Amino acid sequence: MANAPDNKLTSSSSELDLDRPNLEDYLPSGSMQEPRGKLRLDCGLVDWWTVCRRDLLDISPTLTEAAGAIVDDSFTRCFKSNPPEPWNWNVYLFPLWCLGVVIRYGILFPTRVLVLTLGWIIFLSSFIPVHFLLKGNDKLRKKLERCLVELICSFFVASWTGVVKYHGPRPSRRPKQVFVANHTSMIDFIILEQMTAFAVIMQKHPGWVGLLQSTILESVGCIWFNRTEAKDREIVARKLRDHVQGADNNPLLIFPEGTCVNNHYTVMFKKGAFELGCTVCPIAIKYNKIFVDAFWNSKKQSFTMHLLQLMTSWAVVCDVWYLEPQTLKPGETPIEFAERVRDIISLRAGLKKVPWDGYLKYSRPSPKHREQKQQSFADSVLRRLEEK
Amino acid sequence: MGSASSMLTQYDIEEVQEHCNKLFSQQEIVSLYQRFCQLDRNAKGFISADEFLSVPEFAMNPLSQRLLKMVDGLNFKDFVAFLSTFSAKASLQQKIELIFKVYDSDCNGKVTFNDIIEVLKDLTGSFMSDKQREVYHLSQSVMEQVYWAET
Repeated sequence: MANAPDNKLTSSSSELDLDRPNLEDYLPSGSMQEPRGKLRLDCGLVDWWTVCRRDLLDISPTLTEAAGAIVDDSFTRCFKSNPPEPWNWNVYLFPLWCLGVVIRYGILFPTRVLVLTLGWIIFLSSFIPVHFLLKGNDKLRKKLERCLVELICSFFVASWTGVVKYHGPRPSRRPKQVFVANHTSMIDFIILEQMTAFAVIMQKHPGWVGLLQSTILESVGCIWFNRTEAKDREIVARKLRDHVQGADNNPLLIFPEGTCVNNHYTVMFKKGAFELGCTVCPIAIKYNKIFVDAFWNSKKQSFTMHLLQLMTSWAVVCDVWYLEPQTLKPGETPIEFAERVRDIISLRAGLKKVPWDGYLKYSRPSPKHREQKQQSFADSVLRRLEEK
Repeated sequence: MGSASSMLTQYDIEEVQEHCNKLFSQQEIVSLYQRFCQLDRNAKGFISADEFLSVPEFAMNPLSQRLLKMVDGLNFKDFVAFLSTFSAKASLQQKIELIFKVYDSDCNGKVTFNDIIEVLKDLTGSFMSDKQREVYHLSQSVMEQVYWAET
């Protein structure tokens, strides 16, 4: 559920970057003012307008809000990937840039592909025997599979020259705890997985990613969902609850935003992770944009292209903060709990909060939101009517 | 964001500025162009109704359907001209014209009692019913039909 911020125009002006013109300059909130003095027009339109304004038909704020949304809105901003500023625009920077391209594509990229291939060979040659031969000895098998998954993730991170700084105490394996993190790209999962083998809940993807999901990630205990299926939510909620209760399941990692956001903002957290009745351990991830923009815009790029883009850039630099575990306070609803944790994560990672549901990327807002606006308008009209 | 082919030349900017009666500065037109390209996903040159509705803040607005009729399928020049009505520098005449068009949903040049009821229905949804009529009897006594003379 989302509420548009009340004072939309002023709040958006404080969030604008310096080089973007102030929204207020061309859409000030008081743009439809009472006419000063009466203009005589043939059709008496202005008299009608004055009457309407006085008599409750002032639609100008609603219209201005709609126009404001057309010009700029906080939801689309969350998914904007800023193209990097070209710095190679003059005579001596251009050859440097060309040299950089040669190094990145000619030297770094093949080396990285080699490292990754090596990693896969080692992984597969250990994983397949372990998986099939140790079928009887579950505990040992799971332990080894966990180590191997951590290993392949380390190889992935090395293949992008990932420089990841982990802050805070490493996650411990305890029952009744869930980990939540902000989501920028699927590589979030790989970066976290190289430190601790999490069981993650993910959208089922097609292609080679889906194949990996159903084989390797299955062994760590991952849970799949399908965004497009409505009934899916209850099934998934049940699976989550079952997983968390299990003592020797891997710690569960959830991305409550439900979609990839561009690492400048956080969208509203889904409450599913927060009503499981266990401790929530927030993790904040922030990527350093100078090296590469790690935001995966799934509408613009396939995951393969995204990985290739990462592998041909200089490095992926990010910070990961493991934050203090939180529990539901007495009298707090799961939604409030989710917002509180979102506050903690956004503060730590320097992200701005946005009151929108990430799934609006895929679907229209439900009629509930419009009804809220309609109700408040109706209330103000009725109130003014009573005053007469 | 816009691709390389969506660069505006100085001529383009001036043409658009003329078309909106210089209500926007050149910098504002450039920003509006970036926004236009962002909303127009497959670079068709206009924004479809669906793409407007993908902005949740717009879709939630009770008057969005009415504005959509006016703004659907506009090319960039007309898009800027439409938005220029909302500028602080726009004339009162222009603003009132827009509001008139919003009310006049059947585009017959008249805003009648029924048109006003329709707008109020949009704005209040199911939260006002018979009371609507009550209110309108009040304002009805002040004016009858309003005609818009074509200029």
